[in-house]
Amino acid sequence: MRTDPTTGPALEIEHLRKTFGALRATDDVSLTIERGELHAVIGPNGAGKSTLITQICGELRPDSGHIRLDGVDVTRVPAFGRARLGLGRSFQITQLCGDFTVLENVLLSLEAKGGGSFDVFRDPRRNRAHRDVAMHWLDTVGLADFADRQASALSHGERRQLEIAVALARDPRVLLLDEPMAGMGAEESGKLARLLAGLKGRYSILLVEHDMDAVFALADRISVLVYGRVVFTGTAAEVRENPEVKAAYLGDWEC
Amino acid sequence: MTDARRPILFTLGVFAVLALLPAVFALTGWTSGMGLATRIVIYAIAVVALDLIIGYGAMVSFGHAMFFGVGGYVVAIVAHHTGLGELPFGGTNAAFIVWPLAILACAALGLVVGWLALKTTGVQFIMITLAFAQMVFFLLISVQVYGGDDGMMIDRRNTLPFVDIGRPLIFYYLCLLLLAVWLGFCRMFVNSRFGLVLQALRQSERRAVNLGIAPLSFRLATFVTSAMGTGLAGVLWANYARFVSPDMAAWTKSGEFMAMVVLGGLGTLTGPIVGAAAFVGLEELLSMWTEHWMIVMGPLLVIVALFRRRGLVGSLLGGDRAH
Ligand SMILES: Nc1ncnc2c1ncn2[C@@H]1O[C@H](COP(=O)(O)OP(=O)(O)OP(=O)(O)O)[C@@H](O)[C@H]1O
Ligand SMILES: [Mg+2]
Repeated sequence: MRTDPTTGPALEIEHLRKTFGALRATDDVSLTIERGELHAVIGPNGAGKSTLITQICGELRPDSGHIRLDGVDVTRVPAFGRARLGLGRSFQITQLCGDFTVLENVLLSLEAKGGGSFDVFRDPRRNRAHRDVAMHWLDTVGLADFADRQASALSHGERRQLEIAVALARDPRVLLLDEPMAGMGAEESGKLARLLAGLKGRYSILLVEHDMDAVFALADRISVLVYGRVVFTGTAAEVRENPEVKAAYLGDWEC
Repeated sequence: MTDARRPILFTLGVFAVLALLPAVFALTGWTSGMGLATRIVIYAIAVVALDLIIGYGAMVSFGHAMFFGVGGYVVAIVAHHTGLGELPFGGTNAAFIVWPLAILACAALGLVVGWLALKTTGVQFIMITLAFAQMVFFLLISVQVYGGDDGMMIDRRNTLPFVDIGRPLIFYYLCLLLLAVWLGFCRMFVNSRFGLVLQALRQSERRAVNLGIAPLSFRLATFVTSAMGTGLAGVLWANYARFVSPDMAAWTKSGEFMAMVVLGGLGTLTGPIVGAAAFVGLEELLSMWTEHWMIVMGPLLVIVALFRRRGLVGSLLGGDRAH
């Protein structure tokens, strides 16, 4: 989708550190997401995956290190600024506007892209162009029929799909997905995996996910995070074969 | 899905009733009815403004009476100095000058209070708005030039071209017209592009920020807008009663406003109008019977809060949207 002339990685993370008291939640993490790459981050519970994402999106300030978006250092840019620069995300625990309809949630995403408007006269629901974009993405994630339903009335899986539509509608430069398949049934997560496969190459995606089948099928590269450290980065095949990773993490999976 | 036209029809019904009230009073010969109706409409303007920030912005202001008070006092103070001939160009009694001035004063105060209060949320927000209201209250009490404790009388109402708002009937319809315009504006406000962001901030600030929203400016603009609406109500009150006193800015008045909003239905805009009518009407009724009318009103509010959580008419107005 993006026809961006800039070359180089879409997202660079350099020597990021964050401690909570004695706990090293992020311990010298460096990783890059190349343009169009789907980079998965896996790791056991409490490894620091969500903490990494909150630092990338700017909700949490790292103790040290740098984050570059399209080559621009955004380490000191607040979360809303990074979102305007083109960072999109989904939340591990869905964050939606429950009183809004499904469509309004996506329209909000489009309105907020430029920081929101002080226009108190026009109704955003009547914006044809935005509606079309929103409906396109609702259709893509399979929620087109629910456009006028109140978001709080959606099932768990549908909420996750809506999160994806909200993140995608604004055509993000980098997409951060925190366990988008968590709590989904097999059928729903299969559908979402196919959707993500369809996005591959067009978006730069950081995917945190516990569903190993999906990760191995989708990811161009995988980074393994254990106790806040990246212990290995490589392709799916390399990760499967790496003895260190097996010992540290994959032991309980029969791959 | 509920019928989207129901809130509109209900609102039209409310205005039809309010518009017909003077005729009813004329037919029944109930002379004090006009005053009661006027008070209801003026309070309604204030509580619609309050609902804007509480119901749609999740900013619980417990000091909104300060804007009511300041709006009223600007009218009284200008009238006072005009009467003494102390103002340049002989002062003025023209509503077109005095009223915008009063509303601007409220906007300025709202900007300062809102900016400071919005550095916090929740209980601290409530405390800061209350603290500022108390400051305004004690300031009004202590300034002897402007009557101190006793308040100030106003010799006559402000003047408008073509109409004589000194006549109760005309003044009532002017208030009702202003309520309609204000309600229409607020309805447009919450449904606008701005309103979408504002309401998103109420539901999930985290989501909104991660989509690119800087919360402060949206909340502050809403707070100031609400302060101006409440200021307008204060202006009308001063003109109605031809009297202002520090009680207009007392915390009990803020509490009454809040009770009216909750009574009618938070986050519905029209609901609080019904809340104001119910509250003022009941107060009138009960105080004929006992001066301790709050003994009855209190439990009544509790019952509504417990058993009609969306207020008296909230479920009629809000469709199936939960607040
Ligand atoms: N704000 C915080 N204050 C203190 N400790 C925190 C905070 N946020 C996270 N932690 C701790 O940091 C560690 C990493 O948490 P994080 O949520 O990033 O893990 P995760 O890899 O996302 O786990 P999961 O797979 O369960 O989602 C955990 O031990 C957690 O308890
Ligand atoms: Mg997590």
